Amino acid sequence: MNTMFDCAVVGGGIMGAASAMRMAKGGMKVVLFEAQQLGMGASGVNAGTLSLQIKRVALMPYALKGHELWAQAGDAVGFKECGGVTLAFTQNEAQILEERMTARMKAGAPIEMISGARAREIEPHLTDRIVAASFCAADGYANSSLTGMYYRQLLKDAGVEVHELCSVDEITPSPDQVLLRTGIGVIAAKRALLATGAWTKRLGEQVGTSLPIRVRINTVSVTERMPKIAKKVIGHATGLLTLKQSTNGTVLIGGGWQGTGTPEQGRGKVVPETLTSNLRLAQYAIPELAGARIVRCWTGFEANSPDFMPIAGRMPGWENLFVLCCVRGGYTIGPYMGQLMGDYILGREPELPLFDPIRFQENQHDQKH
Amino acid sequence: MTELFDLTILGAGPAGAEAAIEASNWGLRVAVLDEASAAGGQVYRAPQFEPRTGPVDPHHAEGNALRERLERSGATFLRSHRVWDISMSGQRETPQYTVSTMGPSGLTEIQSRALLVATGVTERFYARPGWTLPGVIGLGAATAMLKSAQVLPGRNVVVAGVGPLLSLVAHLIIQGGGKVAAVVDVSPLSEWLGHVPAMMSRPDLLARGAKWQLELAAHRVPVYRGYDISRIIGTTEVAAVELGKLKKDGTVVDRFQIEADAVCMSYGLTPATEVFRLLGADQVFNEECGGWVPVLDDCQRTTVPALYAAGDGAGLLGAAAAPLTGALASLAVAFDLERISPADFARSKTGLDAKLRRAAKFGRAMAKMARPRPALMAAIPDSTVVCRCEDITAGELKQTIQAGAKNINALKFATRCGMGPCGGRVCGEAAAAMLECHGIKRSEIQQFTARPPLRPILLADVTRDFEYSDIPLPEPAPA
Repeated sequence: MNTMFDCAVVGGGIMGAASAMRMAKGGMKVVLFEAQQLGMGASGVNAGTLSLQIKRVALMPYALKGHELWAQAGDAVGFKECGGVTLAFTQNEAQILEERMTARMKAGAPIEMISGARAREIEPHLTDRIVAASFCAADGYANSSLTGMYYRQLLKDAGVEVHELCSVDEITPSPDQVLLRTGIGVIAAKRALLATGAWTKRLGEQVGTSLPIRVRINTVSVTERMPKIAKKVIGHATGLLTLKQSTNGTVLIGGGWQGTGTPEQGRGKVVPETLTSNLRLAQYAIPELAGARIVRCWTGFEANSPDFMPIAGRMPGWENLFVLCCVRGGYTIGPYMGQLMGDYILGREPELPLFDPIRFQENQHDQKH
Repeated sequence: MTELFDLTILGAGPAGAEAAIEASNWGLRVAVLDEASAAGGQVYRAPQFEPRTGPVDPHHAEGNALRERLERSGATFLRSHRVWDISMSGQRETPQYTVSTMGPSGLTEIQSRALLVATGVTERFYARPGWTLPGVIGLGAATAMLKSAQVLPGRNVVVAGVGPLLSLVAHLIIQGGGKVAAVVDVSPLSEWLGHVPAMMSRPDLLARGAKWQLELAAHRVPVYRGYDISRIIGTTEVAAVELGKLKKDGTVVDRFQIEADAVCMSYGLTPATEVFRLLGADQVFNEECGGWVPVLDDCQRTTVPALYAAGDGAGLLGAAAAPLTGALASLAVAFDLERISPADFARSKTGLDAKLRRAAKFGRAMAKMARPRPALMAAIPDSTVVCRCEDITAGELKQTIQAGAKNINALKFATRCGMGPCGGRVCGEAAAAMLECHGIKRSEIQQFTARPPLRPILLADVTRDFEYSDIPLPEPAPA
């Protein structure tokens, strides 16, 4: 049974799954490996925010497309387009808010600046200490923990061979094929895609390519169910708060406050000091949260590149190895990024440009083997 | 400056309290914490007031003696303290533990050089139609109610499930003036008889058990062995219980109903492993010890530096063995912190080991009764709620397992089972049993990832008083 796959995808998060689906639909024979089960890394533990108000300006066209894809997924991922309010509590923050939202508006996000009073009309439980605010009707959220279930069905329908709980221990590329030593034996594929999030740096090193990936350890907390206190996604001018109340009444609080740990250790750990700051910011925005009970706090690993732009393209040094990670706002943008990556591997021109990792290599001209 | 203890002990039950007494004897500075307002744990749970008609709890005197000894030991006892987070800092050889707690005077942190986990067990619940009705409680919860508040769970109570707690709860209800409608024991008589040789190691306990059986007979309480509850009937409260003969595949046949207004029911005990999961101690699944247990050396050391485990939470061995594993853990701590000589250590250890071997014989037999019995989840109707915090039914879980969820965390992600305030303590064993019924081994099913807070905590207790300027806002990422 020495099947030669057209492409082997390593990593069963949003990026890997969406890429695999695209390639399979494009006629490729695709196999996907996931060390855990699908969507249990950053794709499944992020706060689920789909907010255009916190997306990078340069990625706005991608975010708008990603947003559309989540809207189409609908109930299967708990998609809600509820609108979002972003708050500034000081003059300095108001200035940051104005500058950043103006840039995002120009990039195509349907954002408007509103007064603090208007923000409180929209969201009556907000504090009265708002200096300035912005509003985006297209903002919303989805339930990230459903990511795995959602993609499991789609991958099955697309005919991708999926191996969960199956790690890839070694990748050996050569000019005509890529060999992968996996939990089910050695697999051969014409090409391979690494979509392993915060774990990509180690895999890259294993094939001799040093990718400048840094890992952020983002904290998320959830309260027990409580009476309705927020209808919209609530954010902060600095991006250091995201808050939304799910349909079941639980309130999810995030904002990228840092925990500790490394991807190699398996999971990160919440740090009491940053957790306290995160919860203080949430309580400052919605004072009634003081009476909420916190049920669970956790962390997820987010991969970042030095310029905070995605790493998406051919792996420097290899014709038949591809890499996709470090997409800021990856939960929102991921499904679309996967489509672009899939198209690229299929040999088609992607609808929007990818982000070639060659930009981080020192001797860019003599890299190709 | 914060006080640095040598040893923090989580749980002041028979293992934790004894460990505190022993460690204090070795000259260690000890802090021992418990969620309850008095030491004693579950078995020696203190009454909230002196019983009017004299003590009915057979463990009353022993509990008082333990509390007195702890009081005199010099250990700092922090009553009514709930632990919500634990972190480890410092070097691997000389770590420092910080235990974050909520106590009567708010949040406090306790720092120590070693940590002993003696947090006991949680009850195993297998869902049955109607089990979420008011009036249905666990057997362990019933002992807490009867021993501490001295309140009857109902006027006409069905006592159901497995193990020695059945007799204890029935006895406490009868002594408290209540009526036991029936005892429904999943174990057939043959299973009990199989354990008699091991139980002979404690003739006193065997005799007490026999006395309680006679008491049931004297009160004409029907005892159904090899039977199980198939359904609890009622709309707003318990009205009746349907039961029948239990078959190997988990189905219940020849069903009939008996009237009742309350049900005390649980299917064994399993070590409370949250702290081991949180701190990353290696664990192994061993059904003879009640389920997942920390990997220990012969002195109660876990695989994490300066982290020790004792009592039933380290593997079910019963109340007689608990003080011995507690003492053994304290001995190891004293040795590891270089407070006692290798010779003293060896001498004390030999003595404790011998006692432990005797105590463990009875305990192991009882632990076997408390083992997981996944077949008991095989035949429950799809409409039965399994995760009561999140209202997740057996049918939803089954569907998700069939769609490809292969471990308990994937099941949690897909369904929310275990995401509620109980942290999976109530539904975890039932959900694991359902995965096991689909042919997946417990070692692969794994356990719910433990996350802080270990118990729900009020947000205001974390944030306390603050000004906006107190929040250190780091430089935001580029726009």
